[in-house]
Amino acid sequence: MAEQAGEDWVELRADALDAAAASAFVADPRGGGIAVFAGTTRAERHADGRELLALDYEAYREMAAGQMRDLAARARQRWPILKLALLHRTGRVGLAEPSVVIAVSTPHRGESFEACRFLIDTLKQEVAVWKREVWSDGSGTWVHPEPPLAQRR
Amino acid sequence: MTVTVRFFALVRERAGAAELSLRLEPGATVTAAAEAIAQAIPTVRDLLPRAAFAVNRSYAAGDTILNDGDELAVIPPVSGG
Repeated sequence: MAEQAGEDWVELRADALDAAAASAFVADPRGGGIAVFAGTTRAERHADGRELLALDYEAYREMAAGQMRDLAARARQRWPILKLALLHRTGRVGLAEPSVVIAVSTPHRGESFEACRFLIDTLKQEVAVWKREVWSDGSGTWVHPEPPLAQRR
Repeated sequence: MTVTVRFFALVRERAGAAELSLRLEPGATVTAAAEAIAQAIPTVRDLLPRAAFAVNRSYAAGDTILNDGDELAVIPPVSGG
């Protein structure tokens, strides 16, 4: 389900994300910096001894895809972005695997760091995607953090 | 009129379904629809105060007026990334 908006690569996908491919996608001779962020599944141990095995991601695909394209457009309004990749997983994401990959190229490094930070922070606040923790005892826990105010836009 | 309600994550699990076809009075708001959802599926009632709502794939305030055929999604606090 690749969504090409101008030069952006924005996609929700059910198979593994490739940070190297995203970085290569945004490479541009006009650029002086590429920032790449990968959000990965972190091992956790619950107080009762359970261990986290993976995260399961569910998306409201039709809405989330539009929100991600809108996020890319908002970042382009604020920073001189040359190329941009914004990728999010659905389905099961194992330990150390990326659930989100963001790559941004800009003329100067500061802009790429700032744009990348904006994209991940705003994605986490707004985009209609949810994670469920999968534990070693077979239990699962949906993550629905406070506060919901940021998403009431 | 009829709207299609969509559920996700914990709300979907509690509802035991991903979709609900909901009949409402013409001119009903999102808030009125939320009450109708709670009456139809009591197991999700306690989750609705923390949820946001989207109408046709955009976040919508409680006083938004629904139209026949709209897609109303219950959006529990998001946790992507």
